[in-house]
Amino acid sequence: MSEPRAAGPGGGSAAGVPGAPASAFSKSEMMIVAAARELAGQRVCFVGVGLPNIAVNLARLTVAPTLELVYESGAFGAVPARLPLSIGDPTIVTGATAVVSMFELFSFYLQGGLVDVGFLGAAQIDRFGNINSTVIGDYDHPKTRLPGSGGACEIAINARQVFVIMRQSKRSFVDRIDFRTSPGNLGGAEAAARIRREEGWLGRGPSVVVTDLGIYHFDDSGEMRLDSIHPGATLDQIRDTIGWDPKVAEPLATTHAPTPEELRLIREELDPEGAYTK
Amino acid sequence: MSKVMSMRDAVAANVHDGDVVAIEGFTHLICFAAGHEIIRQRKRDLTLARLTPDLIYDQMVAAGTARKLVFSWLGNPGVGGLHAIRRRVEDADPSPLELEEYSHFGMVGRYTAGASNLPFFPLRSYFETDLPKANPLIRPIRSPYGEETVYAVPPLKPDVTVVHAQRADAEGNTQMWGLLGCQKEAAFAAERVIVVVEELVEEAVIRADPNRTVIPGLIVDAVVVEPFGAHPSYVQGSYDRDNRFYRDWDAIAREAATTQAWLDEWVYGVSGRAEYVEKLGTERVASLRPSGAAPSGSVDYGVYR
Repeated sequence: MSEPRAAGPGGGSAAGVPGAPASAFSKSEMMIVAAARELAGQRVCFVGVGLPNIAVNLARLTVAPTLELVYESGAFGAVPARLPLSIGDPTIVTGATAVVSMFELFSFYLQGGLVDVGFLGAAQIDRFGNINSTVIGDYDHPKTRLPGSGGACEIAINARQVFVIMRQSKRSFVDRIDFRTSPGNLGGAEAAARIRREEGWLGRGPSVVVTDLGIYHFDDSGEMRLDSIHPGATLDQIRDTIGWDPKVAEPLATTHAPTPEELRLIREELDPEGAYTK
Repeated sequence: MSKVMSMRDAVAANVHDGDVVAIEGFTHLICFAAGHEIIRQRKRDLTLARLTPDLIYDQMVAAGTARKLVFSWLGNPGVGGLHAIRRRVEDADPSPLELEEYSHFGMVGRYTAGASNLPFFPLRSYFETDLPKANPLIRPIRSPYGEETVYAVPPLKPDVTVVHAQRADAEGNTQMWGLLGCQKEAAFAAERVIVVVEELVEEAVIRADPNRTVIPGLIVDAVVVEPFGAHPSYVQGSYDRDNRFYRDWDAIAREAATTQAWLDEWVYGVSGRAEYVEKLGTERVASLRPSGAAPSGSVDYGVYR
């Protein structure tokens, strides 16, 4: 394998920027930082519950200061003064640009085409970025009943592009998802593009998946491709935690380690209790 | 005419066995006080509708009030699952629970169709997903003006909707601020409406700021004054979300026995919200007050004679 190059904010090269040694940060911190950097240059982001919440808030404080945070609870242009546990919290209201009803949010802002990035988490994902957040097992007799769509289904269809953040494991990165809650590239890019056009979807689907081990984008066939591996992670670990034989970019980049400032923001300001980073 | 009454009377008069009940409020303004009174009055066979069943429906399901849930996101936000509901769904323990599942936009659309007296609500969602298979009430519909197909959801008209708010007058003219969720749509869609407020105000207070009136007294059947009635949910400007309780509930609800013990102590064991708040203690209540004030600027509506 060729010498790995560093991927900095936005996925570009950032060799020479100081970063922490791999031992000095957790895999979750690396994942959150990498996801936040992907938001550089974006304008309007629809924030999902859980990991997207902290990643998007880190982006607002670092690479994307003009990012408008949209919470499905009805806040547009939120400037939370603390990291909300829930996506509905009084801190996302105080100081926001606008507070609107959920009808307006989903009809005018999302379905109207104003959301650049929908940021989702998931329980299961397949190689084409199709997402399950509904059930593990059979729908009528589930092994595990998960929360369900919430807004994810319409976000996946109407946001201009979709970012996904989730930890990698054989149970979550699967050959076949048990239930399709949110469509990705369906069975491949060509068919997905045709269906999106015919059915009038505004979104072009998933564009990035950030995990605790690496960063994936989607190639021309619509399949996930590992483009950057996080410092400390190995290709063996990647393959051991994915339910198919993953495509790997050549050359494969190495994600730049979190900077001291990114780590400080996560540890001191965004998640002092370690709820997301344990 | 004053519609002010006690929570006990409001629930007894407006919530009946077998009803479709919507206690709405998207994370904000969730009326736990009403849910607990419904548990105390041992209502049965309810269909509980809410976008996010949240802890309130986990508690109501655990207490045996419900036979069915209509929802779009079934979890404890940022914490995990709703264990009492999951026991019913995954293990039929102690009995099965019927589910009717949508997405958030689908649920908002259902209330909107219900409130507007329309036969369906069209939306661009559900394409190429398994949701229409899981719920055959989500159906494709062809545009009458072209080739496009969108999905439709049916109207939702609750027998009774409960709305929590910052303030109302005795007639039920209700003002709220902060996250509005789909409280307005759920109220207009309902046969009967119970409004629960932190503060009862004079009609003049309402008329001084008509843009803030979300629900008119015209559609309100009962006004209940119940300070701290949304805890552990929150009321913008008045008290914070009690995230500690949302986390604690995860452990409480994991076992049926601990869930029942909690219900015995905090629901059946108190006469109403005032006693619940007293039991919660002044320290906990004080810890949930906002750390400072952030008043809105005032606007001038003008006088025109």
